[in-house]
Amino acid sequence: MIRALIALLCGSLFGLGLLVSGMTDTAKVQGWLDIFGAWDPTLAFVLGGAILPMLAAWRIAAQRTQSRLGSPMPAPAEPRLDRRLIGGSALFGLGWALVGLCPGPALAVLAWGGRSAVIFFAAMAGGMLLAHLPALREKATP
Amino acid sequence: MPIDWIFGLMGGLMIGTAAAMYLLISGRIMGASGIIGRLLDGTNRTAEPLAFVAGVILAPLILTIAAGGAPETNMTANPALLIAGGLAVGIGTRLANGCTSGHGVCGISRLSKRGIAATAIYLAAGFLTMAVLRHGLGWL
Repeated sequence: MIRALIALLCGSLFGLGLLVSGMTDTAKVQGWLDIFGAWDPTLAFVLGGAILPMLAAWRIAAQRTQSRLGSPMPAPAEPRLDRRLIGGSALFGLGWALVGLCPGPALAVLAWGGRSAVIFFAAMAGGMLLAHLPALREKATP
Repeated sequence: MPIDWIFGLMGGLMIGTAAAMYLLISGRIMGASGIIGRLLDGTNRTAEPLAFVAGVILAPLILTIAAGGAPETNMTANPALLIAGGLAVGIGTRLANGCTSGHGVCGISRLSKRGIAATAIYLAAGFLTMAVLRHGLGWL
């Protein structure tokens, strides 16, 4: 119960941050990706602002064996780059530019983005399930 | 607009604070694509990710209702773009095991090689797509 409450709180703050920062405005996101046009640098401030608290959080996490609610801290970051990471990230970047939404904002705009938001989210959900197709997953090692 | 960067920084700090709380209190990495993907494929359908998703949808909705109107998403209405973009984002983030929040915010801040590489690649792919489709073909 307490885990769900904390998750609700974190999700709420995340959602509000997405809205305040401009990540749910696809014109802004596409403007950030448009380095050869009228480039909009706002997203650099969003990413920078988001990384700052996390820099401190990882330092604190490194000194602890458990989170406040008693679960183990995440395992050390996997160092290995593989084809799935490279190909998947390239595909994600392409889709991000096509519409201007990444997964977090795609979820948030379901509430007020109308038909377009529903179509995009449904396609994204379908894509997330398609990613389990063996043909896409078996080339795990480079 | 000249003050957009202040909202960007403020919103970014809110996103980072949410991620820091999720890490230090719950022991979880706050990655949107992982949370959504594991709910969809059944890997993790506990109350925790469900509550997180509910917060992401409901909190901005309540704020916009209180403020008296929804903000503009400026989203395309072209179904082909929406479907192609959604599929690419869905497949890509699950194959790469992370998106802007997981690899970008949580990965870069712990100096993860995979997080930094993923972010460099999806940004490069986004810049390239925008250059070709907006300035080359005039589609976007």
